[in-house]
Amino acid sequence: MKSRLRNISNWIIGAPSFVWLVVFYAIPIVLVFLLAFKPVDAYGGLGEGWTLKTILDLRNPSYPAIIWRTFWQGIVSTTVCVAVAIPISYQLARMNSRWKNVILLLIIVPFWTNFLVRIYAWRVFLHADGIFKNLLVAIGLIEESTTLLYNQWAVLVVMIYTYIPFAILPIYASAEKFDFSLIDAAKDLGASSFYAFRRVFLPVISKGIWTAVMVVLIPAFGAYLIPDLVGGPSSELVGDKIAQRVFIDRNLPHASALSALLMLAVFLPMLLGKWLNHMRRRRQTREGRT
Amino acid sequence: MGEFLRFENITKRYGQNTVLDNVTLEIQAGEVFSLLGPSGCGKTTLLRICGGFEPPDEGRVILDGVDITNVPANRRAVRTVFQNYALFPHLSVWENIAFGLKATGQDAKTILEKVPKYLELVQLTGYENRKPGQLSGGQRQRVAIARALINRPKVLLLDEPLAALDLKLRQRMLIELDTIHDDVGITFLFVTHDQQEAMSISDHIAVLRNGRVEQIGTPTELYEAPRTSFVAAFIGDTNFFEGTVETIEGDYCTLNIDGFPEIQLFNDKKVHRGEKIHVSIRPEKFFISAVRPEVTDAKTNLLHGKVEEVIYVGPHTRYWVRVQDWRVSVVQQHHGYGLDERRIKWDDEVWLRFGADNAYMLEHYAEVDEQLLALPDLEPEELEAVVEGGTQEVGSAE
Repeated sequence: MKSRLRNISNWIIGAPSFVWLVVFYAIPIVLVFLLAFKPVDAYGGLGEGWTLKTILDLRNPSYPAIIWRTFWQGIVSTTVCVAVAIPISYQLARMNSRWKNVILLLIIVPFWTNFLVRIYAWRVFLHADGIFKNLLVAIGLIEESTTLLYNQWAVLVVMIYTYIPFAILPIYASAEKFDFSLIDAAKDLGASSFYAFRRVFLPVISKGIWTAVMVVLIPAFGAYLIPDLVGGPSSELVGDKIAQRVFIDRNLPHASALSALLMLAVFLPMLLGKWLNHMRRRRQTREGRT
Repeated sequence: MGEFLRFENITKRYGQNTVLDNVTLEIQAGEVFSLLGPSGCGKTTLLRICGGFEPPDEGRVILDGVDITNVPANRRAVRTVFQNYALFPHLSVWENIAFGLKATGQDAKTILEKVPKYLELVQLTGYENRKPGQLSGGQRQRVAIARALINRPKVLLLDEPLAALDLKLRQRMLIELDTIHDDVGITFLFVTHDQQEAMSISDHIAVLRNGRVEQIGTPTELYEAPRTSFVAAFIGDTNFFEGTVETIEGDYCTLNIDGFPEIQLFNDKKVHRGEKIHVSIRPEKFFISAVRPEVTDAKTNLLHGKVEEVIYVGPHTRYWVRVQDWRVSVVQQHHGYGLDERRIKWDDEVWLRFGADNAYMLEHYAEVDEQLLALPDLEPEELEAVVEGGTQEVGSAE
């Protein structure tokens, strides 16, 4: 009786978030997938019936290069962000709380400035007459003719800049809970500092690392403002294409098909990873040890 | 065997605070050596210096003839069982125990051979797949011990290893630790604030206080021949009396304690006439009786008093007896049912008998140490406050 009551109260407590998820998350996603199978009419609206035409249109010869670029930029920026965030979080977690708070504040402060403003700041910074460019020329690192802006490297740099805080925060949250006496214990058992870091610190905070990967990788795949503002025509990403299809071509089904493709690209590897992990764990239990 | 591990003039400061003040200790190979003292006495710091987690400001640590003061923790043949065990939460029992072998690059064959042996040593065979989170406190501790022992260290450091366990388990683990020590024959350096733990497991104990060694000795030496009032009060329970030396006859002297008849006392400190001294007499050294016992021996002292409090605790009864201005704590073991002492009640007149060899002269006495004595109404936290407050007062008096 009591457990049934608790069940009911659990339902009541959970209901708002459930409704929220269905209305603002599940339904839109289903819509995106469905729209990909609708025809377009001449005025940019949706046509009658269903078609596979849009899906077949994805074979557009310009797409593979764009998709490839989206992937490697997403993966490189995620890798760099996480690789930078891990040592920063490690140090942050070991700091005394006064300095810790100051540095955390410094990491969060940029969020108070509008995202667009920050990207424009980068445009000024990397501009042909900007200080950074002039500095590099003065040192002799680059030629006067080199452009820092409007290429995929600019996109990558600004993406990394933008996403690093998103990587630091979840990793720091894990590292903060990490019991540093475990590092002492590992060293006591004969491990080098690096071995202790790799075999104890990293696995224990792995949840935070995976969260960081997801939190950076997903927006990186969908990025469109950054390549739009600091990239050139040769550095378009899938996100740019989706925006173009919606705003310029007014072809919602095509945009939906591209979005669905991106979603699957993130979701399927995640699923695969989960499954592999599950299989590994089952094998381990069966063997009894590793 | 000679000395094996040696702390030589170790000094450690944190800012203005001197945690260890010129500590020198010698530990024999294969023994269980305890560092005993109240919290803040520096025992854990000394252990961390031995483990290589903190460098001393001054002094050296010498292990097996080699100066290891500047050897990093991972290159010392010293392993630690941490107070919270510090097991790796993401690794199974097997992997935790194998960690030291893997970290030092031993091959898979050695690992497969050794881990089951150590699982057996700590009686955890069958638990190899469990994660630390799925183990009880006692099991976790055993994993920590096996993990530390598997690399055959020269010294095993145990930092309050029993503090996290409940009383019954603590007693069992203590016996188990002793058995493991007998099995492996490795030198144990045991840190504890619990005098009973230290007494029951150690070959030698160093009592630390305020960063200094108060006394080093076997448990019996510390208990029967405490050098200072702190050692006497910290280890076990006792009575302190102040008196003036009256006469000296051979190895014995007579002591005049206010309100007492003249007391015969073994003169091991070679005191002089007229000297003011403090003596410690353990409660169980008194024999209590309702009738005046026949004293024929000149080396037996007799006091007359009135019972103020009787506490029956099963194996023995504790009495507080008022003798003039003194309140004497007496413990009487029950060797049989219904003996004389069971008839002694509140307000009874009683006789206390004790031998001249059972009163021990102290080299150093500080009144604050009396607060360490068993007071029925003191909570552990309060006791700690007394200990810390006491150390300060003694420091300023010196």
